[in-house]
Amino acid sequence: MKKRILIAVCALLAMAILLGLLQALLMPKYRTNPEGALIGEYYAESGGHDVIFVGDCEVYESFIPAVLWKEYGISSYVRGSAQQLVWQSYYLLEETFRYEKPRAVVFNVLSLKYGTPQSEAFNRMTLDGMKWSTSKVSAILASMTEEESFVEYVFPLLRFHSRITSLTADDFRYAFSAPAVSLCGYLMQTGVKPMSEELASLEGPRLSDYTLPKTAMDYLEKMRVLCEENGCELILVKSPTNSWGYWWYDQWEEQIVEYAANHGLTYYNLIPLCEEIGIDWSKDTYDEGVHLNVYGAEKTSRYFGKLLTEQHGILDRRNESALASRWTERVTAYETQKKIMEEGNER
Amino acid sequence: MLFTSYGFIAFLALVFLAYYLVPKRWQWGLLLAASYAFYCFAGWECLIFILVTTLSAYGIARAMGYAAAKEEAYLALHREEMEKDARKKYRAAEKKKRFRILLAGLVLNFGVLAVLKYTGFVVFNLNSWFSFGENGLAIPDLLLPMGISFYTFQTMGYLIDVYRGKTTVEKNPARLALFVSFFPQLVQGPISRHSDLASQLYTPHSFDRRGFTFGVQRILWGYFKKLVIADRVLIAMRTLLDEPEQYRGAYVALLILLYSIQIYADFTGGIDITIGVAEALGIRLTENFERPFSSRSTKEYWRRWHITMGTWFTDYVFYPVSVCKPMMKLSKWSRKTLGNNVGKRVPVYLATVLTWFLTGLWHGAGWNFIVWGLLNCLVILISQELEPIYARFHGRFPRLTSSWGYGKFMAIRTFLLMGLIRSLDCYRDVGTTFRLWGSMVTTWNWGELGEGIFSLGLNAVDFLIVLGGCGVVAIVSSLSAKRSVRERLYDRPVLSWTLCGVLFLTILLLGAYGIGYDASQFIYNQF
Repeated sequence: MKKRILIAVCALLAMAILLGLLQALLMPKYRTNPEGALIGEYYAESGGHDVIFVGDCEVYESFIPAVLWKEYGISSYVRGSAQQLVWQSYYLLEETFRYEKPRAVVFNVLSLKYGTPQSEAFNRMTLDGMKWSTSKVSAILASMTEEESFVEYVFPLLRFHSRITSLTADDFRYAFSAPAVSLCGYLMQTGVKPMSEELASLEGPRLSDYTLPKTAMDYLEKMRVLCEENGCELILVKSPTNSWGYWWYDQWEEQIVEYAANHGLTYYNLIPLCEEIGIDWSKDTYDEGVHLNVYGAEKTSRYFGKLLTEQHGILDRRNESALASRWTERVTAYETQKKIMEEGNER
Repeated sequence: MLFTSYGFIAFLALVFLAYYLVPKRWQWGLLLAASYAFYCFAGWECLIFILVTTLSAYGIARAMGYAAAKEEAYLALHREEMEKDARKKYRAAEKKKRFRILLAGLVLNFGVLAVLKYTGFVVFNLNSWFSFGENGLAIPDLLLPMGISFYTFQTMGYLIDVYRGKTTVEKNPARLALFVSFFPQLVQGPISRHSDLASQLYTPHSFDRRGFTFGVQRILWGYFKKLVIADRVLIAMRTLLDEPEQYRGAYVALLILLYSIQIYADFTGGIDITIGVAEALGIRLTENFERPFSSRSTKEYWRRWHITMGTWFTDYVFYPVSVCKPMMKLSKWSRKTLGNNVGKRVPVYLATVLTWFLTGLWHGAGWNFIVWGLLNCLVILISQELEPIYARFHGRFPRLTSSWGYGKFMAIRTFLLMGLIRSLDCYRDVGTTFRLWGSMVTTWNWGELGEGIFSLGLNAVDFLIVLGGCGVVAIVSSLSAKRSVRERLYDRPVLSWTLCGVLFLTILLLGAYGIGYDASQFIYNQF
């Protein structure tokens, strides 16, 4: 009997270890689609940030913390991921406040158009990277599509088991640790794909209802209250895109303006300010104006850094030696990566 | 709640835990609560139907039991004053009364089943036969409660057994409710007999490590068949059936092969889970399969495949119909008119045809199922007629017919024949099925299959997994012929645990479940 129990315990233990190893192996490593690796990279860099950017792809393609530091001495981090929904931004922010107390939070408002969970793949990109906490649990429960199940977030092996037949060398190489793909949450794109005339003139499809979903607005309100409770200013922003008509509607704009005015928040819509920022849509985008490349993002960051300094009193911390030395490394890393990628493009 | 859902596994874990923790006298009550909770997951509105079946069966069985007791009491009281003939007459009259009570129960319950399951089919056919066109009757969208065919048949079997005096009358309605709704077998059988199952359900069970381990192992084995083999094959089956006319000739042969694999792995896998769950609870259910694909004839195949359904139809349809009064009269008449040799066959053949017609109908409201049943019947009857020729052949070539190769040839022949008939399940339309069967001869596209096979949604690795899975199932099935593999391994715990671990990992890693795979019901759930 004792022997049987011992064998059973040993077997269960061995199975648990094996399952852990398999899970590490089968989790997507997001090397070719690095968007999925962004959220998890925060924990190694957490602390000491004055500004936190939250939002969807627009936020991690438009704001470069390295530029903000270099130009204005602003210590910042981007907690954005692909199609990051507003409640995911909220719970990420809730989690961030456990690690640090930034002076300002910049929220990109595009995701307010979604009031329901959208896609399992994007959910995974945001949620799998989060460390386990009540915020993560709430984020999962708020984000799951009908096809998803909570248990697959607890044991991602159940979700990614089918990758067993398509493993690559990267899966083995990066099973336990992987180099960062972002620079303080900014995902660099150095390619250039100019905006086409056709895209520029596109009008967005007519919607039956232009009211921003209640769920989304409720989470925006929760985000505002959360920031207030943490003594932090919430700034709303709409990142630059090629066309107002296609990506952003007047009716949405009015609702955001009204919300910001009602709650004393600052809202910057950068689409009409593209000229002032200096965006050249023939050079500053890698996907025909949908997102900015590094050149467009540098211009936007310079412009926005100025606003943060002048309008929101975010201090220049370049005189803090410990922080400055950390940031010097980051800026160097940023410049090195930019150079490498540019050389790669030329080749 | 699908057997393959995480919810079911959590539910099962809770039931196992609670079952062995609660006082033993509460165990059956817990099973009843669990069964109704399980049923509620299919929708609260379904409860009313299973309650109607349970309560009506309870009332009918009690009424028959009361009538039988009254009859015995009367006879005991008047034993001395009644002549043998009078007693016989009295018994016959009382039996007739009990039969009427039974009939009321059968009509009510089979009536509910017929209305819910077949109204749409009848209305559709009426509309098309009488060309009603736009003025046709509306096809009602009726609710089909989960497992209604299974629990109705099991409960009606109980009523008939009570009528025949083969089982005791259940006096506690809650206990009968558990017999009707016992959750592991609710969705796809096996169809149990009251005399086999009831006492096991109500008897207290202590935790038995061996039984529990065997149960869990059987559950794992079921999941292996369902998730690794059946649901993977399903991907290709869906492609082949999406636009069946596109996949003719060799693809039809491929479909027949794949569907045979799928339905075997799906149905036997589901039954393994069912029997395993019951076994872990200390309850032994009747086996439903006995290596059916090794059958050498159709008749043998049907003794080994879905055994409990086959015996149900034999005991409650075939035999009663064969010996009923009108059939006896017909037998007499046919012997007189057609001669003894032909005449004696008429009632048997009629009963066989009726049994298979109903078997087909039980599987679904569609002509394809009826034709499927009748084709099975035809093959069985032809085989029966050819038996003297087979016997002569066996007598002439005894060495050949007793050889291993001949046995395999017979098994493969039966497998292919059954597979061909079974494809009526897939195409769901008799005309299409016959046309596509014909295409296997008229469209000679076997050369295409080499590349085409990989355009069905499965790649080479998938096919290797299916092939490997089938190989493992075949080996285990062959090893289990004499003694179950679980028993063989029980005294070798290290090997047993290792194999269980490998099986678990195989299901976990190679199972076709979760996002990216469309979780499918067990095929027999829909019947």
